[in-house]
Amino acid sequence: MLSPPLVLGVSFAYLLLLFAVAGWASRRALQGRSVIGNAWVYALSMAVYCTAWTYFGSVGRAASGGVWFLPIYLGPMLAMLLAWLVLRKMIRISHTYRLTSIADFISSRHGKSPLLAGLVTLIVVIGIVPYIALQLKAIASGYHLMTAPAGQPLSGVGPWWRDSALYVALALAGFTMVFGTRHLNATERHEGMVAAIAFESLVKLLAFLAVGVFVTWGLFAGPVDLFARASAQPELARLLTLDQGKPFPYAQWGALTLLSMLSVIFLPRQFQVMVVENVDERHLKRAAWVFPLYLLLINLFVLPIALGGLMYFGDRGVNADTFVLSLPLDAGWHGLALVAFVGGLSAATGMVIVEAIAVSTMVCNDLVMPLLLRLRTVSQRQDLTGLLLTIRRIAIVAVLLLGYVYYHLAGEAYALVSIGLISFAAVAQFAPAMLGGMYWKGGTREGALAGLLGGFGLWIFTLMLPSIAKSGWWQTGFIEHGLLGMALLRPEQLFGLTGLDPLTHSLFWSLLVNAGLYVGVSLLRAPSAAEASQALLFVDVFDRTRSSRPVFWRGRAQLADLQSLTARFLGALRSQDLFEAYAREHGAANVAAIQPDAQLVHHVETQLAGAIGSASARVMVASVVDEEDLAIDDVLRILDEASQLRAYSQALEEKSQSLQRATAELRAANERLEGLDRLKDDFMSSVTHELRTPLTSIRALTELMVDDADMPAPQRQQFLTIVVAETERLSRLVNQVLDMAKIESGHAEWHSSDVDLLALLHQAAQTVQELLRERGAVLVLELPTTLPLLRCDPDRLTQVLLNLLSNAAKFVPETGGRIVLRLLADAQGVTVEVQDNGPGVPAEQRALVFEKFRQGGTGSRQLQGTGLGLPISRQIIEHFGGHMALRPDQGQGACFAFTLPWAGSSNGAAARPRAQGEAS
Amino acid sequence: MRDRSLSSQRLVALFAAALLLFNFPLLALWDHDLLVWGLPLFPTALFIIWALLIAALAVLMERLPD
Repeated sequence: MLSPPLVLGVSFAYLLLLFAVAGWASRRALQGRSVIGNAWVYALSMAVYCTAWTYFGSVGRAASGGVWFLPIYLGPMLAMLLAWLVLRKMIRISHTYRLTSIADFISSRHGKSPLLAGLVTLIVVIGIVPYIALQLKAIASGYHLMTAPAGQPLSGVGPWWRDSALYVALALAGFTMVFGTRHLNATERHEGMVAAIAFESLVKLLAFLAVGVFVTWGLFAGPVDLFARASAQPELARLLTLDQGKPFPYAQWGALTLLSMLSVIFLPRQFQVMVVENVDERHLKRAAWVFPLYLLLINLFVLPIALGGLMYFGDRGVNADTFVLSLPLDAGWHGLALVAFVGGLSAATGMVIVEAIAVSTMVCNDLVMPLLLRLRTVSQRQDLTGLLLTIRRIAIVAVLLLGYVYYHLAGEAYALVSIGLISFAAVAQFAPAMLGGMYWKGGTREGALAGLLGGFGLWIFTLMLPSIAKSGWWQTGFIEHGLLGMALLRPEQLFGLTGLDPLTHSLFWSLLVNAGLYVGVSLLRAPSAAEASQALLFVDVFDRTRSSRPVFWRGRAQLADLQSLTARFLGALRSQDLFEAYAREHGAANVAAIQPDAQLVHHVETQLAGAIGSASARVMVASVVDEEDLAIDDVLRILDEASQLRAYSQALEEKSQSLQRATAELRAANERLEGLDRLKDDFMSSVTHELRTPLTSIRALTELMVDDADMPAPQRQQFLTIVVAETERLSRLVNQVLDMAKIESGHAEWHSSDVDLLALLHQAAQTVQELLRERGAVLVLELPTTLPLLRCDPDRLTQVLLNLLSNAAKFVPETGGRIVLRLLADAQGVTVEVQDNGPGVPAEQRALVFEKFRQGGTGSRQLQGTGLGLPISRQIIEHFGGHMALRPDQGQGACFAFTLPWAGSSNGAAARPRAQGEAS
Repeated sequence: MRDRSLSSQRLVALFAAALLLFNFPLLALWDHDLLVWGLPLFPTALFIIWALLIAALAVLMERLPD
């Protein structure tokens, strides 16, 4: 045993440490560097699920039932698999409409009914009291075990003022008040509390693991040794299997899993940390798997500790619920025992603090305030914030004292686990109304009321009353013989249903009746306007963005009334902040300029809901504004308008996007046009320049001849010859320009036929023969012997060939000129190359040869062409689907080549008659 | 959007698998009185299935789009 002052001192030091953690987190939050805005902290705070029940009770359960301690943790695993779908929706709904408790959630969903909120609160208080008693019992008996001489039983003897459980309850109440009700917050978030809870989760996990390691490796030689020795004893070996020699009660296994699956969401403290205290929905992504991992870790050593304890103590009659403490204590490891005690203290205090805060919020908002607000003296008071806090503090003390009373009434008779399961079964009653309300729009106020009353009534009759009776405070006759002696009304075999254990039996009947009444009674009438509008807001919460969320309210309001209402419940300062923020958000110049429209009324009501619950907020807002009753048609019309608005805004967004796209396209088109315009200008100036040169010489020569009438005939003849040549050049130029324009504009006429390319090449070679002879050059033909017919326009192709050949002829050297006309054929098409042995094309001009009016060569040679031959040739070849290029210069003259595919012209202009225009 | 609904379906499928694995009759597959690596088969199997489910859930959740 340890000295009481030491245990007490360590306990208080630990609680002070918790305060320090909470205070530190609150200060950080004020500085804007929140510690709880973190998925890991969020996951750890969820582990408030593990209470003294887990810490002490699991081992006790394992010592008597083997793996039966596990379903309570497999359920949360299953629930977390669906967390992203279900829990996220719950978080979104709660944050959007500022719901701060389960009572608020259920009542808000079913038309903001104060009656419903009150009923839910009542169920929570009654259902959760045994659970709080469990924590008190764990701390009190743990303290007793640590300080009493070994073997002395914990007894209730002695006056009540010497009862440690009472002081534990009062100390925890004080502690909770400091954590939870220091000031009023419209979102009911408790930054410091969450940090402290996350810290406690770490402490209890590490303490339990420490004890597990101590038992497994300290008292035994590792898990293999421990299990081997346990298997040697038949009564221990049976704990390691599922059925333990009896037919396995699968119904009970499934019921426990289902029960814990629902509890992990609907227990008030779980709702508080998972939904209300959630900072960011995205934290769920990590917490959903870290939380089950935490549960797995804290359960890892349950079986070793249970088996180890059973083997260590043998038949010394030590309660298995206390193995976590008694093993290290008995082995003389007092330090470890103290750590284990602090771990248990963590588990219990964490649960009590959060549960009491959650329950006190509910009691204040949903039970006491609606009643108080009916009193004139209260509803006329100017500042109600102090009153709200006082009610919550009283509620905390009351809940803990109720727990203490229950501990004295029933706590002695039951194991820890059985007490906890009674509470689990109570909160499971919220499942039909909560889940139904989130996914089904048909639920009504009466449906929810009937379901909850039916389910809760059956819970009291089949589980709560028998548990009290069995504790010896009531005669147990009605359990054996049924209510009023009717065998059909035996609470643990209702209507003669046998074969189930009491918990499964109770869960089956209560949930069946609950869900049946919820659906059945809801279907009796169509939802009212208030119910239908809330149903829409809840079920379709993900479909609506902030701006398009419909506001189901119509009437007239005064800004001043709303301001004074908010000030009364939130305080003048907070109210001022709230309205200023609203003004900024809605573009009003100042608070006085805010339009008191439906949006504002809705905003004020939502903010008030955070402080006093949605049902009370509804009543209070209704008392200061002049509102019209909505019919179900109005709800549908408002919804219609909202969705139309949404559709409009979507359409607008799409339009503006497509406008942006169109603008970009137009800009690009404009740039292209400007480029083309520049090209046209260049072209025009080039053409006029080209035309002026021959015109100038014609004019000069003719003027000479006009002025000098006595010009000798030979000279006149010479001048006339030049004039004729220049006019030819002029008309050639004009023809080419016309040809070019036609091809480019797509107006050119094409006359395609099957062409024997070899014959065409020979003919072209024949045509340039005279020119080549003048230049003293030879033409070498490198042609295959046969070639399939090619589909194209023979005249156009001849034009291209002549252009290339005459170009080559222009550039061959004065002597030894040599031109090669080569044809290569493959599967795709033919390639025709014209190679000369002239100077080649200089590197800087290679890119320009296919541009209009860019002539190769220098000096006198520049004047020999029009500068349109190559561009026209290329256009023609491209028209037939081929392409023309200047081959890389290998230092032996230029080599122009074009390819034509066998497929021929794709432009299909073959049928049209040939144009009159003649091209050179 | 398609991504999101696919993730949801995967989560529901994993939930269904877990429900089956943790209940009769699949649970009874492990119910033999023997030691594997010195550990009792049934509790060991339960913990391993549990750990695998957590791993699968972790993979699914961490890859969710925001």
